[in-house]
Amino acid sequence: MGAAVFFGCAAIAFGPAAALVLLTVAAEPLRVIVLVAGAFFWLLSLLAASLLWFVSVQLSGREDAALLLLGAAAAVLLQELCRFACFKLLKKADEGLATLSEDGRSPISLQQMAYVSGLSFGIISGVFSVVNILADSAGPGTVGIHGDSPYYFITSALLTMALVLLHTFWGVIFFDACERRHAGGLGLVVGGHLLTSGLTFLNPWYEASLGPILILTLCTGLWAFGTAGGSYRNVLKCLSCK
Amino acid sequence: MITFMNNSDSEEEPCNERTSLMSAESPPVPSYQDGLQASEAGEAQAHRKRRAGSSRGPNNLAGGEMSGSRVPVRESALENEEEELTLKYGAKHVIMLFVPVTLCMIVVVATIKSVRFYTEKNGQLIYTPFSEDTPSVGQRLLNSVLNTIIMISVIIVMTVFLVLLYKYRCYKFIHGWLILSSLMLLFLFTYIYLGEVLKTYNVAMDYPTLFIVIWNFGAVGMICIHWKGPLQLQQAYLIMISALMALVFIKYLPEWSAWVILGAISIYDLMAVLCPKGPLRMLVETAQERNEPIFPALIYSSAMMWTVGMAKPDTARGPSQQTWDAAEDGREHLRSPSHAESQMSERRSPVPTRPVTSLEELEEEERGVKLGLGDFIFYSVLVGKAAATASGDWNTTLACFVAILIGLCLTLLLLAVFKKALPALPISITFGLIFYFSTDNLVRPFMDTLASHQLYI
Repeated sequence: MGAAVFFGCAAIAFGPAAALVLLTVAAEPLRVIVLVAGAFFWLLSLLAASLLWFVSVQLSGREDAALLLLGAAAAVLLQELCRFACFKLLKKADEGLATLSEDGRSPISLQQMAYVSGLSFGIISGVFSVVNILADSAGPGTVGIHGDSPYYFITSALLTMALVLLHTFWGVIFFDACERRHAGGLGLVVGGHLLTSGLTFLNPWYEASLGPILILTLCTGLWAFGTAGGSYRNVLKCLSCK
Repeated sequence: MITFMNNSDSEEEPCNERTSLMSAESPPVPSYQDGLQASEAGEAQAHRKRRAGSSRGPNNLAGGEMSGSRVPVRESALENEEEELTLKYGAKHVIMLFVPVTLCMIVVVATIKSVRFYTEKNGQLIYTPFSEDTPSVGQRLLNSVLNTIIMISVIIVMTVFLVLLYKYRCYKFIHGWLILSSLMLLFLFTYIYLGEVLKTYNVAMDYPTLFIVIWNFGAVGMICIHWKGPLQLQQAYLIMISALMALVFIKYLPEWSAWVILGAISIYDLMAVLCPKGPLRMLVETAQERNEPIFPALIYSSAMMWTVGMAKPDTARGPSQQTWDAAEDGREHLRSPSHAESQMSERRSPVPTRPVTSLEELEEEERGVKLGLGDFIFYSVLVGKAAATASGDWNTTLACFVAILIGLCLTLLLLAVFKKALPALPISITFGLIFYFSTDNLVRPFMDTLASHQLYI
């Protein structure tokens, strides 16, 4: 506990996101706006999901794991729905920007918007999941004193990092699939999200939850890389600085 | 359409918020959905630019002059580029306002979370005389509504008074009032703030040091705000006084009254800025008729008007050379004494700034957006109250923060479409309030339950 845990976990959870934002988003005003807009859409989805869960809890009169499972699944589906809404809006904006610019190309491409909106979903989702935990970690206390896992903070941080990256990748894949009307891609993104969320239900059995999630992150990353146009040859070319 | 922030004469006097957005010569950015009308917009824009010189009033006298003299030069070269540039400017303006609003909110939230003084209940302002300590919900609601009515009436009276003073050219009185208010903010409130921060961190400071620190801070602040100063320092001071004022509100407004007041203020803002007989609208129109800028102490300006002076004659010839000459002419017209920004050009002229190599850069620096300080204050009050009272802690604060930024973005989009002074409070505050109540009551239990099982969605 204390400052070390706080800063360490914050860096683990948001290090990649912060680097991505600082290096790729912060300099361009349009991307910052897309970032904030994406966060807003995610918040809307969370609001809807919470409303659903709240109503179901009130109606059933009790709060149990099944309702929570349902709530989490609804949250995932609503997030993907809002991602789709975000896609529609950004596509329209892209067309508008293209019409307005002098050479018929908008100053920001749909793929860039896909990446930034995915990143924004990831950041806001990660922040909402972990910021209260981080705030608690800076204060006094003993982790897991009632028999829970003592690794709560670090696993939360790692899960958050994975989630941020996953959302970024899903954003890229999702937008590409929507653009090309590829239902398979859509299905896999939604499926992957449901799988990730489902795996977290296995906490605190971290070998079964954290491990596969990190592997899933890697695979989704490679897939997104391929979708965005990357390939082995590109990587080689980049590394050899040609 | 600007309501004025009455930087209070007394600690308890409320602020008349200045609550609108005015585009300082903001180029007409067609709405993103308006693809089809883009070409017409481009045409209209060129025409508007031509007319802009004479009719731009309060925002910047300088800008108006500038554009007037430069337009004939520019037309031929730039019409095609303007559309793309205006779009980039549109986004740039948004960021130019995001940053100060975010900074103000960060200051307020950081203070609220660390200094306990601002969350302690230590009495109320005389403008909210009804206490909320009653056990019954109905009585409490009634009291908060009454408090709101009193507060809003006071604000309306102050605003009308200010508009009348302005209309009858009692400039000295207004300036004296503003100077007194900013004196109070910069010295007294800063002293209290510094005292509380030092108490929180248990840092000892002797009175001579304190005196020197406060004196320097306040004196430089007065100079920057009311006279000349570097733009960024002026912006920093405006952000700081907005934050201080917001903290005062957060401390002294009772819970429910604060929320009702926020709602009522946005409605008032909407009406005052958009109704034909609204005081703010009359103020802006009067200022425009007289071709004067609105008092610089009440508005945050995001960009300088004309950082043109230093085009190296040997770089971009032609247009920029001509614009440089035009800039010289333009600057001679800047004689409005109360305009802090105008003074800055004279300050800047001996300093060789970066060589302006292209006309686009000139335009970029010239255009800015102005946001009233009252908007800063009320945004920060909303986020600060969320940080102070929400049991959902950081989630609620962040949700309100995002909501306010999105509201600001939408307002700027509307500003680009309508091209006249608009109220900046309604959309942001509405989103902020919706998100506050829904996050606090719906999202918080959900996220807490998920977090206790370490579930991620």
